[in-house]
Amino acid sequence: MHYAVKEVQVKERYPDVTIETVCRLLIPPIQLFGLYVIAHGHYSPGGGFQGGCILGASFIMMFIAYDIGEVKRRMREKLNTILCATGVLIYAGIGILCLVLGANYLDYGILHQILPAYPAKARALGTFGIEIGVGITVMSVMISIFLNIGTAGEHEGEPE
Amino acid sequence: MKFFAFIVVLFTGALLIYGTVDMPDWGDPGSAPNSHVSPRYIEKTLEETATPNAVTSVLADYRGYDTLGETTVIFTAGVVCIMLLRRFR
Repeated sequence: MHYAVKEVQVKERYPDVTIETVCRLLIPPIQLFGLYVIAHGHYSPGGGFQGGCILGASFIMMFIAYDIGEVKRRMREKLNTILCATGVLIYAGIGILCLVLGANYLDYGILHQILPAYPAKARALGTFGIEIGVGITVMSVMISIFLNIGTAGEHEGEPE
Repeated sequence: MKFFAFIVVLFTGALLIYGTVDMPDWGDPGSAPNSHVSPRYIEKTLEETATPNAVTSVLADYRGYDTLGETTVIFTAGVVCIMLLRRFR
């Protein structure tokens, strides 16, 4: 099955003080900005897809500046794969919740029964909930695809 | 066989181009989306969804089911990537 994939030589890591320091300084603001883009999607350009991409890019930057082990130590592969599905589950779960409360699927207006808000505001909050789900899925899928393509699927044996 | 495939591609492309002939002009104010759908969303967004950004409210509220499909597509891409590439020793 795997005849097409050649053996991948994992090179030694070359530590570089400049790159590591710059990344150490840049990654927290990038992640904060990703969260801001997700949370501020109601008022400015942004939303789950864009914010999730920014969050995933911060991990990819860590991958480039350090190595695979560093990324896998901070975001374990199992957790990452679970998060992939959790985002879609949050999205579909909010839809099911609306269904259970007696409205149409993904009709967030009915959420005012359980949220302290008037119906229009409940719609905004429901929208925010699904944006969070989208953001989680996009972030972990970005990390997962980059890890698997960047190493041809062989990133075991790295220190965790 | 390759020639046959080329004919099929050519035919499908011609059909698609023929289909675009009927489409309204770019930015035509009298076309159906510009005369009914967009004004409805722009006027009612703040009142119905309390979201100032009309793009977000259309994406996630009015067309929420579509976005669920998009998210599922991304999820599927990730799962397929894991299934095809990941090698466990």
